[in-house]
Amino acid sequence: MHQAALLGGMIQDAPHYGWAIQPVLHDWRTMAEAVQNHVKSLNWGHRVQLQDRKVKYFNIKAGFVNEHTVCGVAKDGKETLLSAEHIVIATGGRPRYPTHIEGALEYGITSDDIFWLKESPGKTLVVGASYVALECAGFLTGLGLDTTVMIRSIPLRGFDQQMSSLVTEYMASQGTRFLRGCTPSRVRRRPDGQLQVTWEDLTSGKEDMGTFNTVLWATGRIPETRSLNLEKAGVNVNPNSQKILVDAQETTSIPHIYAIGDVAEGRPELTPTAIMAGKLLAQRLCGQSSDVMDYDNVPTTVFTPLEYGCVGLSEEEAVARHGEEHVEVYHAYYKPLEFTVAERDASQCYIKMVCLRKPPQLVLGLHFLGPNAGEVTQGFALGIKCGASYVQVMRTVGIHPTCAEEVAKLRISKRSGLDPTVTGC
Amino acid sequence: MKSPGGQERPSSHARGGAGRRRGRGGASGGPAGLVGVRSYPFAGQFPAPPPASGSLNCPGQARSDTAALAQPPPPPPPPAQTSPGPVKMGAVPNRRLGSVRGVPMSSPPGRRARLSSPGTGRSSSEAREELRRRLLGLIESNRVMIFSKSYCPHSARVKELFSSLGVECNILELDRVDDGANVQEVLSEITNQKTVPNIFVNKVHMGGCDRTFQEAAILGKKVMVLDFVVPSPQGTSWGLGGTCVNVGCVPKKLMHQAALLGQALSDARKFGWEYSQQVKHNWETMTEAIQNHIGSLNWGYRLSLREKAVAYVNSYGEFVEHHKIKATNRKGQETYYTAAKFVLATGERPRYLGIQGDKEYCITSDDLFSLPYCPGKTLVVGASYVALECAGFLAGIGLDVTVMVRSVLLRGFDQEMAEKVGSYMEQHGVKFLRKFVPVMVQQLEKGSPGKLKVVAKSTEGPETIEEVYNTVLLAIGRDSCTRKIGLEKIGVKINEKSGKIPVNDVEQTNVPYVYAVGDILEGKLELTPVAIQAGKLLARRLFAGCLEKCDYVNVPTTVFAPLEYGCCGLSEEKAIEVYKKENLEVYHTLFWPLEWTVASRDNNTCYAKIICNKFDNYRVIGFHVLGPNAGEITQGFAAAMKCGLTKQLLDDTIGIHPTCGEVFTTLEITKSSGLDITQKGC
Repeated sequence: MHQAALLGGMIQDAPHYGWAIQPVLHDWRTMAEAVQNHVKSLNWGHRVQLQDRKVKYFNIKAGFVNEHTVCGVAKDGKETLLSAEHIVIATGGRPRYPTHIEGALEYGITSDDIFWLKESPGKTLVVGASYVALECAGFLTGLGLDTTVMIRSIPLRGFDQQMSSLVTEYMASQGTRFLRGCTPSRVRRRPDGQLQVTWEDLTSGKEDMGTFNTVLWATGRIPETRSLNLEKAGVNVNPNSQKILVDAQETTSIPHIYAIGDVAEGRPELTPTAIMAGKLLAQRLCGQSSDVMDYDNVPTTVFTPLEYGCVGLSEEEAVARHGEEHVEVYHAYYKPLEFTVAERDASQCYIKMVCLRKPPQLVLGLHFLGPNAGEVTQGFALGIKCGASYVQVMRTVGIHPTCAEEVAKLRISKRSGLDPTVTGC
Repeated sequence: MKSPGGQERPSSHARGGAGRRRGRGGASGGPAGLVGVRSYPFAGQFPAPPPASGSLNCPGQARSDTAALAQPPPPPPPPAQTSPGPVKMGAVPNRRLGSVRGVPMSSPPGRRARLSSPGTGRSSSEAREELRRRLLGLIESNRVMIFSKSYCPHSARVKELFSSLGVECNILELDRVDDGANVQEVLSEITNQKTVPNIFVNKVHMGGCDRTFQEAAILGKKVMVLDFVVPSPQGTSWGLGGTCVNVGCVPKKLMHQAALLGQALSDARKFGWEYSQQVKHNWETMTEAIQNHIGSLNWGYRLSLREKAVAYVNSYGEFVEHHKIKATNRKGQETYYTAAKFVLATGERPRYLGIQGDKEYCITSDDLFSLPYCPGKTLVVGASYVALECAGFLAGIGLDVTVMVRSVLLRGFDQEMAEKVGSYMEQHGVKFLRKFVPVMVQQLEKGSPGKLKVVAKSTEGPETIEEVYNTVLLAIGRDSCTRKIGLEKIGVKINEKSGKIPVNDVEQTNVPYVYAVGDILEGKLELTPVAIQAGKLLARRLFAGCLEKCDYVNVPTTVFAPLEYGCCGLSEEKAIEVYKKENLEVYHTLFWPLEWTVASRDNNTCYAKIICNKFDNYRVIGFHVLGPNAGEITQGFAAAMKCGLTKQLLDDTIGIHPTCGEVFTTLEITKSSGLDITQKGC
């Protein structure tokens, strides 16, 4: 859906590049159908792969009976008892509904629903500031919908805050509305079917109101652990987060029960991390290797309208760990070549590399805001894994003309106070 | 597309793109760009405003030079008050340290100050504050302030530097004052630099020895750039910035983008964007927008040359004798210049076939990007990356395009990848005529475009074919502009066959004061960023005492064909040649970008391949990717290869989901296994 929104941007660019196209409208149904068909084909593909590898697949909801046995309940209520030597829990998380808000459950939807809507959500209020919230709000705006994001405190908590504010700044420039420091208090349905949302402005304490077609909750996810009867197996969870406590080997409090992915306490909630953790766990269980998962330097990308890719430490985290005087930050505002002809605003296209100050200036973190950030970040993530230093990155010859080459040309340190705007080609 | 053979090569005029000069005629031949560098010591006038260099310096540092050294000189230090503290036994009171013009700063005994802590009984924090104030006072009141140690060889170098420049400076020897250790501590608080020498110029912290040498040396050089764009046989010429900006990378990437947008428009329907109209492409709109952008770049280069006080001469340069060149401007006026050092960065121009009608009727990449009319049905001759890129975007904007190839595609690149690049183009409507060469081009009709008849002959037999096109674009290679710049007069050797200039590993020709960078170098890469890097490092070696050489190994590059091809390191052929097949393991896979799935196109077309050396810890020696945004993907992996990327590290790295780049973290299938590599799952 992000791609659909990007294509909308490209359609706007196209006339600058000589394509004679009139303004166009977006049809939600066509997109949803195409996306859903693809997802279904993936579901099918996974199913086939499981079969190929002779993995038994049960479409049942499981709960522990004891530490070696689970009971599964099928849709029709039929129960199956299964026992195993090793058990891996990978039930993931589901979006949280703010049930204390009147009307949240009845009238709101979550990211679980948005991708499966048959009709356009229309004017939408997105509540939350997680990457899920910003990504959804971003593509909805990109598809031409009137979209508002309501944020209680800061966007993208845990991410580099300078980058986060650039992300939201760009979204605002593209037409996404932001309600900062606000928290919803109730949702009611009006006679005409529209949803009336009341919220409180936390700074002024005043109440305000607005009407929307859709309210999307994206305030966080809760791990799917409550219905697992973990206590019957003796698996410990963090009472606050309800996530399962694990050690470096992904082992829970019960030695033959493991947890990977979003249900495990303290793990990044990212698909590829879970996949790799699972692979390594399988290899250890089969005695093929003793490697444990390295959760440092996990690269990730937020697919907001201007994509944000990062790996390693945020500037705040680097300063907290090493002290400001030991950290050097190199940065640049650049303009992607494609933006020039399309007359797009590149004020938020920004790169920063957080390094140790001591030569050879080991790279601690890389933050890239711009088109194709995911593709750009992947390779550099490897560089950081290899222990790349600032000097080594600078010795890498750029690929001209790309956005990624700007990373290899970062010369201006924040400390110098010089203007980090890139000029020339 | 290819490099300008050095950055910021200025040319005849900096007019906006749309206002390009066109017109028939003009002698063929290359543009002449000679960069003459004359160095002279900036005696007695340090800091020397304005800093005259920069063109070979990176922007960041150039700015910092300017900021640091181009300030108006502060008022002369008030006499006899620079002694930092109460004078101790043995010291000369109020001696102005080293402030003797032109006298070597070898710090004879006694010519030094003492800085001691004042009295006792005061709290240490107060004393420290006091010391800080006094140090700031020293920094404030001296044009050049050096904190050094008398036995430190680096300090000695810096002192000699300033003395050789005849610059007045103050020196504080930390080992000769009682509280030197405290001074050093406070200095490190102020500057974040713990070591000596620690140098301030005009109240601005310069840094240590190396940094000061760089700054000082790059300043004050007198630099001239000579450039002249000889119009193409079709009469096209352009502005400042060289091939890359005007007739290379920049316009080609933008036209490539136009073609990608065409693809995006057709994908968009699948993603729910509704439009009924048949979308047509307008060539004039595109070229005008692109030429406007180029115009703004030309102007930017002009400004930055002026800012850095580089003399820019819009004339054709050729050597007439040692250290002397003749510059001829458009009016034929001749001027002579001399210089201590010369840098050749003349680049290359497209080659012609040498057949009937080629120069009269064919165009090259020099002409294409500013062509005032849509080229229509086009024949592209050649299989270089220039040829494939041009053919790709012309087809992408809806034109009927044929590529005539004598032998292989993308010679020098991995041939498996090259064939895949070609077959994607073929699937997307580009026609290929393999093993044919044109023998004659004949004009049937004039016009914009007109009609040309091309006769071509098979390379394998007597067969000939004839076809009519609107435009014939030659992209069969490029020739170095080295034969008409008087190199023979001063004895600079060139490879007679290729016209390229052999240089040693510091870009020096056989004539020691003449250097060369960019595409004209023999056996080096023809890429803009390589030339820029080589030029920068050359300047630093020549004038800044740096030793770093340009590393031509593991340079990444990308061919912006319709399906982009990015690579770094060795091709499979080259790897086999160097390491032998049995010592290599090749991992590969096909992949399907998520964005293409919904548009349901081109499954199992994109391809990723790495070549590892089994006997060097499975080090990655070749990286190849064919897919959207290949350039963006390849860059980071190139950085990783610089740091010694191995297969294990690839496996240990977590992918970014969903991207194309992530396939490299999950490569499992070796080529030698012969297993199926078609892609399933997400």
